[in-house]
Amino acid sequence: MSTSTPTRTLRVLIAKPGLDGHDRGAKVMARGLRDAGFEVIYTGLFQTPEMIASAALQEDVDVVGLSILSGAHMALFPRIMEALRAAGLGDVLVVAGGTIPEADQAAVREMGIAAVFGPGSTFADVAEFLRTHAPSRAA
Amino acid sequence: MADLIAQLDEGNPRALPRLLSLVERRDPAGMAALAALYPRTGKAAVVGITGAPGAGKSTLVNALAHAARAAEMRVAILAIDPSSPVSGGAVLGDRIRMMDLHADPGVFIRSVASKGRTGGLAPAAAAMVHCLDAAGYPLILLETVGAGQDSIDIDVLARTVIVVQAPGFGDGVQAIKAGILEIGDILVVNKADLPGARELARTLRGSLDHPEPGEWEVPVLLTDAASGEGVPAVLDAVLQHGRWLAQSGEIAQRLRVAASAEVLDGVRNELQRRLNAATAGSLDQVISDVAARRTPPEDAVNAILASLPGLGGAASDQRGG
Ligand SMILES: Nc1nc2c(ncn2[C@@H]2O[C@H](COP(=O)(O)OP(=O)(O)O)[C@@H](O)[C@H]2O)c(=O)[nH]1
Ligand SMILES: [Mg+2]
Repeated sequence: MSTSTPTRTLRVLIAKPGLDGHDRGAKVMARGLRDAGFEVIYTGLFQTPEMIASAALQEDVDVVGLSILSGAHMALFPRIMEALRAAGLGDVLVVAGGTIPEADQAAVREMGIAAVFGPGSTFADVAEFLRTHAPSRAA
Repeated sequence: MADLIAQLDEGNPRALPRLLSLVERRDPAGMAALAALYPRTGKAAVVGITGAPGAGKSTLVNALAHAARAAEMRVAILAIDPSSPVSGGAVLGDRIRMMDLHADPGVFIRSVASKGRTGGLAPAAAAMVHCLDAAGYPLILLETVGAGQDSIDIDVLARTVIVVQAPGFGDGVQAIKAGILEIGDILVVNKADLPGARELARTLRGSLDHPEPGEWEVPVLLTDAASGEGVPAVLDAVLQHGRWLAQSGEIAQRLRVAASAEVLDGVRNELQRRLNAATAGSLDQVISDVAARRTPPEDAVNAILASLPGLGGAASDQRGG
């Protein structure tokens, strides 16, 4: 069986890497996903790649959501992906939200970020994407 | 299952998180691993931390973990937050206060949703504590949903209970009335840097009974968890309470109470599950018949019990006795 059990509650780490101090968007997304039935682990501002990787590991999440407004995504995302891989978490679904210019989106996907959710995305869009793309788990 | 245990013993960092997930959802592979690991457990100091939301539990847990690391003890933290009763989802935010522990391999933190269970714990809390215990953490800090008078269950699972109060969260008299202090082996007045903390501590001290000789004397300790001030004294009190439990023989009693609650909880949950499964399609009609006076309630009860797998006949026993 390669599909995940429908009853399994998906766990999502929402992380706010970088140095900008605005986490309103991240918190709104956390609550939206809670209301869509996800368990969201929210870790607060100023996360380093290593913090994100160790939290994702210990919490055994299915998804890591990176919220970013600072424009530092091109520098930060590769370091985060590397930290996740180093922690043995290459199979975790990674998505991003926030403001990422159109011009960078292809490069961001190339880094292994499965989707970028801009300001126009609804919770339903995000929830649907995560349910469809979260890695399946053998028992 | 043997794989999972082997990985745990080798110190594979993914093993414990995976085991916790499997056990949390009662996956057969996880339950089999837990059964095999169970004889190893019962060694850890399981410390419950309860108190109103905002009193500073997560901040205190973080500071306690730092104090334990300074004493070279490995620490595991289970932080429980409420699930949404509507969606079943949750925002688990206790880690926000614990991020400075992330680089220390001697600290393990796991956030858990209460999944609608009242009493401040989560349905799988006991089983998850066993996993952390089996993984060799000598100190397990359990932060509960601070539901005030609702968070009484923690005293069954934990060996040592810390009740956290802070000025601005009631006057202490409220806590005394709610009975929450009675489960505390250690009372902490946090936010000692704020006005009213000292007075709150005095009120709490005044409300405590004097212990009989040989009984545990509940300390009231002031902390500023945000700066860490006063927190090493809380860790000392935890360790001292552990020694008292061992010397007085009280530990055997606490382990029995925890075992009894876990077993009976498990039986109740399984019966409930079987009941739900057995009546899923038929309950509506049965209830309609009882409401319309076509069936007496007693007959409906017996019919349902007789239909439960493995329970047929229980109802007639009841009648005979
Ligand atoms: N002034 C002061 N604030 C504190 C102290 N401990 C925690 N806080 C703050 O109290 C708030 C709630 O803390 P938290 O640990 O999340 O409480 P919990 O809901 O009981 O887990 C946060 O803003 C903390 O920074 C303290 O000792 N002094
Ligand atoms: Mg908390």
